Amino acid sequence: MYNFLPHTAEDRLNMVKAMGLSSETQLFDDIPASLRHGITYKYLQPEGLSELELQERLKQLATQNTAGSYSSFLGGGAYHRFIPSAVNTIASRSEFYTAYTPYQPEVSQGTLQVVYEFQTMIAELTGLDVANASVYDGASAVTEAALMAARITKHSKLLVSKTLHPDYRAVLNTYTEALEALTIDTFDPLKSTVENLIETWPTDDVAAVIIQHPDFLGCLTEAASFNALRAYCDARGALLIVSSDPVSLGVLEPPGRLGADIVVGDIQPLGNNLSFGGPYGGYMATRQKYLRQLPGRLVGRTLDKNNTVCYTLTLQTREQHIRREKATSNICTNQALNVLKATVYMALMGPKGLCEVATLSMQRAHYLASALSKLPGVSLLAPERAFGFEFALSLPAPAEDCLTWMRAQNILGGLSLSAYYPEYPNTLLIATTEVNTDKEITHFIDVFGTWVESFNLSHSKKEASGALKAKETCPS
Amino acid sequence: MTAKVLETPIFEKSNPGARGVSLPVFGLDSTGLNRISDFLPEGLTRKNLSRLPELAQLDTIRHYVRLSQLNHCIDTGFYPLGSCTMKFNPKVCDLYGQLDGFTQLHPLTPESLSQGALEVMYRLQQYLADVSGFDRVTLQPAAGAQGELVGMMMVKAYFKKHQQPERTQVLIPDAAHGTNPASAAMCGFEVIELKSNREGGVDLDELKQKLSPKTAALMLTNPNTLGLFERDILEITRLVHDAGGLMYYDGANLNAVMGQAKPALMGFDVMHINTHKTFATPHGGGGPGSGPVAVNNKLAPFLPKPYADFDGSQYFLNNDLPDSIGKVKAFWGNFEMMARAFTYISAYGSEGLARVSQDAVLNANYLKEKLKTMYHVPYDLTCKHEFVMTSQRQKVTDPHINTMAIVKRLMDFGIHPPTVYFPLIVAECIMIEPTDTESKETLDRFIEVMSEIDRECRETPDVILNAPHTTPIGKVDEVAAARNPDLNYFSAAKAD
Amino acid sequence: MADSHIIPDNVKLTETHEYLRIDDDDRARVGISHFAAEQLGDIVFIELPEVGQRIEKGDTFGSIESVKAASDLYMPVSAEVVAVNTQLTEEPELINDNSYGDGWMIEISLSNPDEVNELMTPAQYSQIAQ
Repeated sequence: MYNFLPHTAEDRLNMVKAMGLSSETQLFDDIPASLRHGITYKYLQPEGLSELELQERLKQLATQNTAGSYSSFLGGGAYHRFIPSAVNTIASRSEFYTAYTPYQPEVSQGTLQVVYEFQTMIAELTGLDVANASVYDGASAVTEAALMAARITKHSKLLVSKTLHPDYRAVLNTYTEALEALTIDTFDPLKSTVENLIETWPTDDVAAVIIQHPDFLGCLTEAASFNALRAYCDARGALLIVSSDPVSLGVLEPPGRLGADIVVGDIQPLGNNLSFGGPYGGYMATRQKYLRQLPGRLVGRTLDKNNTVCYTLTLQTREQHIRREKATSNICTNQALNVLKATVYMALMGPKGLCEVATLSMQRAHYLASALSKLPGVSLLAPERAFGFEFALSLPAPAEDCLTWMRAQNILGGLSLSAYYPEYPNTLLIATTEVNTDKEITHFIDVFGTWVESFNLSHSKKEASGALKAKETCPS
Repeated sequence: MTAKVLETPIFEKSNPGARGVSLPVFGLDSTGLNRISDFLPEGLTRKNLSRLPELAQLDTIRHYVRLSQLNHCIDTGFYPLGSCTMKFNPKVCDLYGQLDGFTQLHPLTPESLSQGALEVMYRLQQYLADVSGFDRVTLQPAAGAQGELVGMMMVKAYFKKHQQPERTQVLIPDAAHGTNPASAAMCGFEVIELKSNREGGVDLDELKQKLSPKTAALMLTNPNTLGLFERDILEITRLVHDAGGLMYYDGANLNAVMGQAKPALMGFDVMHINTHKTFATPHGGGGPGSGPVAVNNKLAPFLPKPYADFDGSQYFLNNDLPDSIGKVKAFWGNFEMMARAFTYISAYGSEGLARVSQDAVLNANYLKEKLKTMYHVPYDLTCKHEFVMTSQRQKVTDPHINTMAIVKRLMDFGIHPPTVYFPLIVAECIMIEPTDTESKETLDRFIEVMSEIDRECRETPDVILNAPHTTPIGKVDEVAAARNPDLNYFSAAKAD
Repeated sequence: MADSHIIPDNVKLTETHEYLRIDDDDRARVGISHFAAEQLGDIVFIELPEVGQRIEKGDTFGSIESVKAASDLYMPVSAEVVAVNTQLTEEPELINDNSYGDGWMIEISLSNPDEVNELMTPAQYSQIAQ
């Protein structure tokens, strides 16, 4: 029993004797007897399970998650993407897996160089100067970026897009409520163009404008809107924070070049498992001039005493273990294993691979959106807006009905938006990625079509014109 | 002199055109989808591809495998790292925490198709409540530090609900972890430092003096960061409660007290648990973690939402918490860590967990007794899972010898340096936590190595002062790294 | 510099280790003592206020960092900032090398010159800084 504990009974006896004690229990004499006695358990069994029994138990639980046999079009901030086998080969190496935080650079060069490469890759994708070693997830990255903007501008108002991921907005709310120092105003880019909305925005004390691009509904912010946001921020002394899916940045112009001061997002789509919501990792990138206010770990390149190039955690004085209550944040981890997976993933994909993943996902979304929106009573929620690999579809009936229908045909057809936006009860959010095969797409269209037909509505599906094979779409 | 390089940055290995993986192409009718400009508006498409590296798969694998070989890790060597609980995490937890049924599960999957995952969450909530003695548990926080923040947010919400906005102060001992004051400050609390008494514990007179109608909470680690159990714990929690404050338990040292004393019964109202210390989350070179928070019924209404619940036939995510502080993480928390913790606790059972803490304490006391003949132990009392010593005796032989030099020498023996210069109240502190999973043989070898180092301090101090000698790199120029930060390969190249 | 630890006569100091070096009647330079710089170790970064800012005695006017420590800087007297030593941004090591000379941080115009009398003399400071 307890075969993970190495001592034999004899070992324990010898150690107790060596300390001049008569019994191990003496080591707990400093705990008040009233606490020690009568410890009882309501749920825990006294005996542990053997490894074989554990195996049975866990396998049984895992198979009760029956979603695996469905083809999934779920998105909403977490995406089912292809993970090359080599990612897990590297990530499961004990040397990475069971290493401590790299506070001792002499014996942590592996982890440190990986993080340095990650920082560089994220800076490349976002078009900014510096990136940190990651924070908890996309939601915490947005929140930390907002707090960072408040420190830099010494302003207190946040203007937040309603199409920023609802969970990210919720987390931002939780933090700002606890801090009682920042106020949040939301704006709805579906109601009007950003250029028009800006007219109504405050003229002073604005710390940041926060948008998502592509946003929660999959929509993109046009270059002209970026220009308008940049101009507003410049005029008001505010920062522009953009949350972006990192895979989409394989093909999209980096937000840093479109005017963003801080770009954040979640690295889950870069080689990380869905795992029912975590662990993922939040990335944060910014301009050089804001470096000192960037929270989270940073790895720098330097030399050792023998003139060997090496890597080390640096600028640690911003962190809690030195600054305590004056730290930039209380965060004291980074998502190192997720960062490792993301780094290996990006290295394996390369610039072209990442562009292809993004492009293929978008081609599928656009194909699907075009086919579905031809059906009667079905239309894009925002037909005038460009989108990436995710889109919101207005339906003739509640989205839950549609999802139930699709589920009966082994399809997880997307997310009903009503949970997030009660004003859109009949709206479905659909995501496609490279793992949704051509066959799955066709099947989706068929099954969805039968659901629409079930309303006995007239059916005017247009014939697709001459089939063409896709050409190479990413520039070489 | 050109600098030596251990492993060239991957960007320099890039071979334009090389590919690490191949991808499918779009096979349906691609009319109107052939060019990126067919579906993306002008000005939003990358003008240039990113400068990610381009390598064949084998070259990528070699690069990262070689990098891995530059790391020290638990699976190759001992980590007597105080306050960090670097114990061995059973591989079964990793393997069964990563079954496809878990890893492929989208967080927004309908509840009826994710019953297994929800059951793991529900049961883990119960197990952690059982271990800690508290009534309710949230699994949402992403790490111990976030758990701590959540705990303090709930304290704040509690006093808001009970209309006591004047409670703005949080008392924190001077020996506390740096996250404590950082978390309290993030919730807008004023941090009041408590000086420790001569035994490193809470000074009751100081506590009485600092308690006031403004006190919101006392944040305490027990056993404290010196590895000592607060003998007056029941008196401390009574004093704080009498003053109208709440008691926060920093669960960093939970590995010492499982099955020996439940934090809730000590009088605490809320605690966070670092699963990477006690419950089999791999350290992974710095994360990810998971930081469940346990509370008594006083604070339960303020838990983050949702939490896993069971209605008699189905497991589900319950959002019905009107006074909740809200969400602190996208989705539900770091599920993979929950699955590992569930596996770990199931593997041990309550008797096994008690044995874990007994062995952790046994190992620490054994080391302390053996090492105190060579090194100065400022608090020579029965410790719990860790203890502190100093380099003051070694310093006498050569004034340049200090704690940092001594622990760096350990690396030459394949041992990771202990935590040093913490807690801040002990000068030249060396903090040692052997954990429950190290054998007597490993402990005895560590004692031998420390004895050898003690001898070197007297006889060959240069060997100590120039250590480490056998690691991939030597002492790092951290001053240069901080004065001119090079954090991005491409901007560094531009600057050259 | 061999004698960089010697506190010049026209300097007054605070318990938080800032000094005030009086150059003429209502103008002075502020920095940190050589002792404080030594305690911090190699300085890697300094954050200073902007010219024209008015800062009360005891309020922070900036912060200073070494690799392992960070500290706020407190105004020894109430004053307006009239100049900032921008050279420190590139060469923070000047504070270690010659804190009372090239390592000065800000030049100020005193709001209330009487406050100078509340500061410590070099001899008094030497009692606490050892």
